[in-house]
Amino acid sequence: MADKVIYAMYDDDDVLKDGAKKLVAKGVKISEVFSPFPIHGIDPIIGVKQTRLGIMAFIYGMTGLTLATIGMRFFMIDDWPMNIGGKPNNTYLENILAFIPITFEFTVLCAAHGMAITYLLRNKTLPGMKADNPDPRTTDDKFVMELRLSENAQYSEDELQAMLKETGIIELDQKEIK
Amino acid sequence: MHKESAIREPLILGHKTYHDITDDVCKPIEDKAPKMWYVLFTIAAILGLYGVGTILYLLGTGIGVWGLNKTVGWAWDITNFVWWVGIGHAGTLISAVLLLFRQKWRMAINRSAEAMTIFAVFMAGLFPLIHMGRIWMAYWVLPLPNQFGSLWVNFNSPLLWDVFAISTYLSVSLVFWYIGLIPDFATLRDRVKNPLSKRMYTLLSFGWSGRAKHWNRFELVSLVLAGVATPLVFSVHSIVSFDFATSVIPGWHTTIFPPYFVAGAVFSGFAMVQTLMLVMRKAMRLEAYIHTKHVEYMNIVIMVTGSIVGVAYLTELFVSWYSGVEYESYAFINRASGPYWWAYWSMMTCNVVSPQLMWFKKLRRSLLFTFIISIVVNIGMWFERFVIIVTSIHRDYLPSSWSMFYPSPVDIGIFVGTIGLFFVFFLLFARFFPVLALNELKTILKSSGESYKNQSDDHATGH
Repeated sequence: MADKVIYAMYDDDDVLKDGAKKLVAKGVKISEVFSPFPIHGIDPIIGVKQTRLGIMAFIYGMTGLTLATIGMRFFMIDDWPMNIGGKPNNTYLENILAFIPITFEFTVLCAAHGMAITYLLRNKTLPGMKADNPDPRTTDDKFVMELRLSENAQYSEDELQAMLKETGIIELDQKEIK
Repeated sequence: MHKESAIREPLILGHKTYHDITDDVCKPIEDKAPKMWYVLFTIAAILGLYGVGTILYLLGTGIGVWGLNKTVGWAWDITNFVWWVGIGHAGTLISAVLLLFRQKWRMAINRSAEAMTIFAVFMAGLFPLIHMGRIWMAYWVLPLPNQFGSLWVNFNSPLLWDVFAISTYLSVSLVFWYIGLIPDFATLRDRVKNPLSKRMYTLLSFGWSGRAKHWNRFELVSLVLAGVATPLVFSVHSIVSFDFATSVIPGWHTTIFPPYFVAGAVFSGFAMVQTLMLVMRKAMRLEAYIHTKHVEYMNIVIMVTGSIVGVAYLTELFVSWYSGVEYESYAFINRASGPYWWAYWSMMTCNVVSPQLMWFKKLRRSLLFTFIISIVVNIGMWFERFVIIVTSIHRDYLPSSWSMFYPSPVDIGIFVGTIGLFFVFFLLFARFFPVLALNELKTILKSSGESYKNQSDDHATGH
């Protein structure tokens, strides 16, 4: 189904935020915002949910902790116990002090890399990916708000454009998409 | 009574707009490199190549070509390793610990400080690898299943903890740095005209488009990475200090080592950041972003960590006497008055006396003075590691085996070579990468930029 998107460009993050607030109050759905840096406070206005990557980092960290514990228990206690200076490795708990540094490092290693990889995959930002910001200036000093006609069926295109013009935009653009 | 606290100095000087920030940071990358860059790069590359040559010679001949002897079995290799790891502590401290403390001034320096960290840890990692002699066996430090009766690496050994600590530190710092770089590469991608550069930055920017959801994730990932990297910063140098502290050598066998090494690492790391930043801000005309206030903040960190190091030296000295252990006392008396007295006293002067000068506001705000002190501190911190390592072992329990350590040309060549390689990497970074965190600087423009600060100033006096 053919659809149309309207791109409204702003040159200030606070103007965009105020504009978004007014539009959302009128029931307009803003499908995306492109900006050169994070606009604090925009997420609840346009309905972007808080990411759950933090939970994932915790899960990856716990996985690392478990693997390190199981691994060192197997290597040092079960498979090849060592007797150093008459102090044998008989139980994991009695020797745990020596295992803490690596357990910690491995937890951090798994949490950090697990989260970073998930982040890149979820964003679909990977080597060789194509960027799709509507205007090259949105990575410099311009901020673009994207509205889709199909998501705002209660308003006509002209009505939407009129509302946008009241919010202090500097440019307006539109594009047909499939 | 109504009292208002003074408004802090702006962090971004001049009346900058978002576009000015982009221009100021991207210009040096888009313009032709200045002649000085080529001169410095050539010098660094020659030193680096010389270092690579000496390393190849070492690997072909064996580590007997170092100046080690049967008493001093560990000298410049480990000194240089600890020195470089120490320098590599400032970057992640700046970007992680200062992020958690919401210190906005970090944003001007975190990108390049972290680049410096990564390159310094590269240099550090080189030393344990070449010390193995048979570097092609390096994978033996990993717990891999094998046919020697399934013989594992020794998880009780601090040297193995180091393997895990350094590799975790290096890879996590690298990821942290790169995730911050992605949006800035996107800025460059959308700006550059040259088709080759455009392709390069398109590849490096991973298709970043700056969507609201992506920024939401970006901020959380930065925060969580800072959270996990903070204990990591402290753990790495603690573990490096365990290499010594868990031994039974007088002079090494002290419980004060972990905090003392961490403070020393931050101390030397910040000194190296100062050395590099003071040159970089001038060469790349970034004076509006890295100015006297930033230098002053870093000098305060240097002063505090330098004082911690000073207290640690004195505590160590006191405890060696108070313990009543004659071997322990001798190790320290020998350090201060033995044949290596000059190393001990240069360490004391550079690390304990010189940072105390930072109490004077005039001095800590003077750029020339800061530059000199930053180099003095780095020399002092190299001597600290040399003193701890060599003076503790050159006179052991058996006086007939007492000896001195003299570096061989290979020792010197490798050390000088790592300095060359470090600068090769750093100069390449400064030439092709955005040296300031563009996206982060833009977020503080309204709270810490000069024009906006003045607005709030007028507002305050209007009461």
